[in-house]
Amino acid sequence: MPETVFYALEVMLNGLMAGIMYALVALGFVLIFKASGIFNYAQGVLALFAALTLVGIMEGQVPFAHLINAIFGTSFHTFGFKVPALVAILITAAIMTLLAVLVERYILKHLVNQEPIILFMATIGLAYFLEGFGDVMWGSDLKSLDVGLPKGIDETIESLTSDWFGYGFFIDRLDIVAAIVAALLVAALTLFSQYSKQGRALRAVADDHQAALSVGISLRFIWVLVWSIAGIVALVAGIMWGSKSGVQFSLSLIALKALPVLMLGGFTSIPGAIVGGLIIGMGEKLFEFLIGPLVGGATENWFAYVLALVFLVFRPQGLFGERIIERV
Amino acid sequence: MKKALAALAAATMLMTSMPASADLIVPNLSYRTGPYAPGGIPYADGFNDYFTLLNQRDGGIGGEKVVIRECETAYNTEKGVECYEATKGGGALVYNPLSTGITYQLIPKTAADGIPLYTPGYGRTSAANGKVFEWVFNYPSNYWDAASVAIRYLLNENKGDLKGKKIALVYHNSAYGKEPIRTLTELSKKHGFTLVQVPVDHPGQEQKSQWLQIRREKPDYVVMWGWGVMNAVAIQEAANINYPMKNFIGVWWSGSENDVLPAGMGADGYKSLAMHGTGMDYPVYQDIKKYVIDAGKASGAGDQVGSVLYSRGMYAALVISEAIRKAQAISGKAAITAADLRNGFEQLEITEARMAELGLPKFGQPFKATCADHGGPGAALIQQWDAKAKKWSLVTDFIAPDDDVLTPLIMEDSAAYAKENNIAERCK
Repeated sequence: MPETVFYALEVMLNGLMAGIMYALVALGFVLIFKASGIFNYAQGVLALFAALTLVGIMEGQVPFAHLINAIFGTSFHTFGFKVPALVAILITAAIMTLLAVLVERYILKHLVNQEPIILFMATIGLAYFLEGFGDVMWGSDLKSLDVGLPKGIDETIESLTSDWFGYGFFIDRLDIVAAIVAALLVAALTLFSQYSKQGRALRAVADDHQAALSVGISLRFIWVLVWSIAGIVALVAGIMWGSKSGVQFSLSLIALKALPVLMLGGFTSIPGAIVGGLIIGMGEKLFEFLIGPLVGGATENWFAYVLALVFLVFRPQGLFGERIIERV
Repeated sequence: MKKALAALAAATMLMTSMPASADLIVPNLSYRTGPYAPGGIPYADGFNDYFTLLNQRDGGIGGEKVVIRECETAYNTEKGVECYEATKGGGALVYNPLSTGITYQLIPKTAADGIPLYTPGYGRTSAANGKVFEWVFNYPSNYWDAASVAIRYLLNENKGDLKGKKIALVYHNSAYGKEPIRTLTELSKKHGFTLVQVPVDHPGQEQKSQWLQIRREKPDYVVMWGWGVMNAVAIQEAANINYPMKNFIGVWWSGSENDVLPAGMGADGYKSLAMHGTGMDYPVYQDIKKYVIDAGKASGAGDQVGSVLYSRGMYAALVISEAIRKAQAISGKAAITAADLRNGFEQLEITEARMAELGLPKFGQPFKATCADHGGPGAALIQQWDAKAKKWSLVTDFIAPDDDVLTPLIMEDSAAYAKENNIAERCK
């Protein structure tokens, strides 16, 4: 086979891997939308906030140090010790759960029975608040995140493919880890929703709020639960993306990569987020390879949306979304 | 009575918050929020801290205190223009927006309002032609200088011959990132190398396609024109594909600590251009520590002193302060106007002796501006990252650009601008 074909295959494989990274972000959107019908604009910022908190804890950084120092004239920046990655991840997960409780208590509780657009607007407010709060709490400088994940070319795959095809394929080890983590995450979420009491309650609320309430399921508990899970998913996405580029504000923009995935996969389907991610990732990379050079390159940002729009024309609810039929 | 007291208090607060009429007003269009904040914060801190140093140590410039009016642009062109409109009244002396997009919008506005625009190392390259751009100054170096210096460095590395070599340009797909393309295209014709263009869309968080392309093309060298997270991701991706870092050279906006730290040891050996020296070995930092940081007057947390972008912001403030001094000397008054400052910029000369006197020996290249030359000598250094020591080291002295190629390009571009805008050439 000519080298170009192998290169196209390599681009496709890497597109699939990139798609998994997008799907990790999209999963958080799906979880909240499925359980509460809220499009959570703050999901990208949740990933940023989780990653900032994780690095801050790992580095032993004093939260709100700038504020404290400005008020009291002190110069505290760190506690003088570092926290192991696993412990820091657990503490961050606990903080994301606490954040879910606060979001429910101070925002969602007051907006029960409001129109979805009101809830959407509330999440926009939450996104801007968290952005600023994260900055004040941990600072806006770039932070390196190293939780021990492998990075760089997988030399085994490169040498094996080189022996077999005469063309060494590039696969980033971080992408392989992301694929494994995404598979575990989806399996855990599926098991949780199928076999646990809380999971079944969550599905009941997703199917029909009123009916779920009538059988004694606490809507408030379900909201806390689902925002906690979305927060932890955001933490996973934050770790994967932050390991790649460092932790800084741009991390919140990964949400832009998740939107076409949601449009394509559907807002209510966990497998849809994964399949949507794979199609978007592969589609944008192949388009960049085939058409990019003819139009000056840098096509990925807009092509993902074009691809999602094309799917929407034929299937407005997305590939795996629930078909909404409203009878008059 | 209560109302009168409240009015008096409000008036007092207003008066104390406003600068005295004779103060030197220097707006700072900065960005401390948004995706480019990690670069904008140290630059703004260095800029502000240098003026604070002058105020605290010397009582200002020529006896006049400098007042900074900071406005947040978030590296957004529309917001930058809003900031300009909001701050230009009340005696604003000069603008330095640290954004090529904002600069392009401000060039006609500052010319109409009669306020100098100082864009060291960024902005519109052809503004170096003072015959056309009366109000813009971009010394000591500009983008085209940078592109030329990078190629000159590579020529030195290859015994003066780049024939048959392949050089990839990885660039931010914006007005800024596209600036060097023309120069590099001309230089590729002159030196016989192949230029491969690889654009990266804002913000550059995902660059897999670009680096697969580079892995396939196997360029001898990669030159990068990036900003923000794009730099860190590019360096990480280059490390991922085992691209030799010693053959990877960024422009000076792709050469800060922010860009290399996330890649860890993978970034070891990465090179970038530098407009100025690096590190803390300059006496001025001791003064900044004493009069600004320790005195609790730092613009930020005080933890960025000596970093590449802090030093660059400080250097911009230094040049502006020297232009103010020159303007005061020319006009014979301490409280200068924006028009006086323009004259100061145009007649500014910074010698090595003066740099040493200011506490920055061998930090920046000496230069002398003229009516026609607002661009300076355009030389640049090459620095290399030592990932183990986590520091930059200079690996060359100042390298001069190829003016034979650049001058005609600058003349052509500025002439086109003059024609479009009906500007008659000055300095005849």
